[in-house]
Amino acid sequence: MTKLLASREALLMVAIAFLLAIIAWRFPAFVVPSNLLAVFNDTSPLILLAIGQMIVILTKCIDLSVAANLALTGMVVSLINIAAPGLPVIFIVLIAVGFGTLLGMFNGILVWKLAIPPIVVTLGTMTIFRGIIFLLTEGKWVNSHEMSDSFKSVPRADLLGLPILSWIAIATVILFTIVMTRTSLGRAFYAAGGNPHAATYAGINVGKTQFWAFTISGAIAGLTGYLWVSRFAVAYVDVAAGFELTVVAACVIGGVSIMGGIGTVFGALLGALFLGIIANALPVVNISPFSQMAISGGAIIIAVIVNAQANRTPGRIILKKAEHAK
Amino acid sequence: MNTRSIPDRLQSSLERKLKSWESLLMLVAIGIFVANSFASPYFLNAWNLSDATYNFTEKAMIAFAMALLIISGEIDLSVASIIALASTAMGAAVQMGVGAEGLVLIGLATGLVCGAFNGILVTGLGLPSIVVTIGTMSLFRGISFIILGDQAYRGYPSDFAFFGQGYVWWVISFEFVLFAIIALIYGVILHMTNFGRAVYAIGNNPTGALFSGIRVGRVKFILFLLTGLMSGIAAVCLTSRLGSTRPSIATGWELEIVTMVVLGGVNILGGSGSIPGVVIAAFVMGLVTFGLGLLNVPGIVMSIVIGGLLIGVIALPRLWTMWRTR
Repeated sequence: MTKLLASREALLMVAIAFLLAIIAWRFPAFVVPSNLLAVFNDTSPLILLAIGQMIVILTKCIDLSVAANLALTGMVVSLINIAAPGLPVIFIVLIAVGFGTLLGMFNGILVWKLAIPPIVVTLGTMTIFRGIIFLLTEGKWVNSHEMSDSFKSVPRADLLGLPILSWIAIATVILFTIVMTRTSLGRAFYAAGGNPHAATYAGINVGKTQFWAFTISGAIAGLTGYLWVSRFAVAYVDVAAGFELTVVAACVIGGVSIMGGIGTVFGALLGALFLGIIANALPVVNISPFSQMAISGGAIIIAVIVNAQANRTPGRIILKKAEHAK
Repeated sequence: MNTRSIPDRLQSSLERKLKSWESLLMLVAIGIFVANSFASPYFLNAWNLSDATYNFTEKAMIAFAMALLIISGEIDLSVASIIALASTAMGAAVQMGVGAEGLVLIGLATGLVCGAFNGILVTGLGLPSIVVTIGTMSLFRGISFIILGDQAYRGYPSDFAFFGQGYVWWVISFEFVLFAIIALIYGVILHMTNFGRAVYAIGNNPTGALFSGIRVGRVKFILFLLTGLMSGIAAVCLTSRLGSTRPSIATGWELEIVTMVVLGGVNILGGSGSIPGVVIAAFVMGLVTFGLGLLNVPGIVMSIVIGGLLIGVIALPRLWTMWRTR
């Protein structure tokens, strides 16, 4: 099992190295360390969201509301910043995480207590969250000059040569690697998605585990919401519109099985980096940015095909399942 | 997605529940109709009502095929992107001087090809439809973006306008007639043929269906083909109605179509649902958006209503049973 996961991530690392090599062959300036760090920084929001999404997908759910959560939380903290410019940024961050957590809990409660399919819940909350932004602002933008300087400066502030945004992504990767591999909650996420029946008999409350997955995803989305609006210094209804699909794509490319139970934080990180490198390289290699959508779509399909081949149990299938029927 | 449980009581109770769902929905539709006619003096006008049907006819055509697909336990999130690609193909054909009949053929063929592509990936390679169609959702629309960028195709021939703007008799539009015919065809397919029984059987127990001699893979492939074809038909109608093609055409329709299907009483986990339910749901959604539009409610607020409907129609019956059984 571990061998299989290792090989899948090794495969992805080879793919990323190959991708970088092709770009470097024509445009050596792209792979200098300073630019690679800039690419990492630019990909940090995607890395953060992909980790949250991975945990949700592990439990056999999906969270399509992350981008809307991000946009709503970003707008809420921007409005708070306008109302109280003197409020220290640490409180803004806490409010962002807290508000995102509440939105995630709302998804989680509907999935846990009412047993509504996650895709239905999050498709619904996706539109509701975005609609609420419109109700809050009547479609107006919060622009750079309305935000306080400290509000805008935090994600860009330099610490040991890296922006805070990058450090937050690194810290989150480390934190959740520990949570997923060293805590009983982490094991519960794998168990709840890998085999819900067995998990129930092992004393794990599957619904509650899914609730916690949505809560974590919401908390991360809220934090990313603040980072996003302060980094780009603008908040409006359509912030990060459609980004939820990129996040799911990063997970799928990173080897997270949509059927639940399989995936690692490292895989999600690699999947996000893969998409981040492509997004940053397209303008450099003179490919129209319009082609990015098709490329990430193609990457999802190729990744899911490769993953399915790796998952196929070797040997002869004696009793066919409908999934194997041609 | 979620665990599939075997109901305690079969058929009779289930059928009764379905029937009551549709009558409940019918009451909602009548209620909205009455409320609308009180809310706006412009509502009860034959031409206005005829215009209102355009709010749902194109989406409903796809919703019928989607209903069958969801009943069989699969889903297709790429439908709106198929519309974009089919519309782009027709737009490109116009530039080469293809006539109206040729355009229709090209639109339908593009839909079929996209549906076949989804179908091969899902049934041929045994991949989960939700990931595949999230991938093709980006891929198909991405191809439109590569072809069109920020441009638009115009200059459709005048006889092509009939499909989206023509009237068969008085206020009865061509699209409405097409919608009614397609509803009838799908109603017959699902409720009166062996194929329809097979769709239900697959949705309830794919492995069981396989061992009772149903070609599960082939049935699902046909359903993906049909969904593609319906998207092609919707693309013809929509393109003809708008008279232009942009790559962002029909953005977000997949959400509204899935909402329509679920609102119509189709179980998102597969196995149950009916065409009359979807027909009433189409009217409900059309009336809601049209009524709110007459009251000058902006589109994004309508999407809150749609999102709330999606969650509410599933949550309320479950809350009701929870409340009754305590």
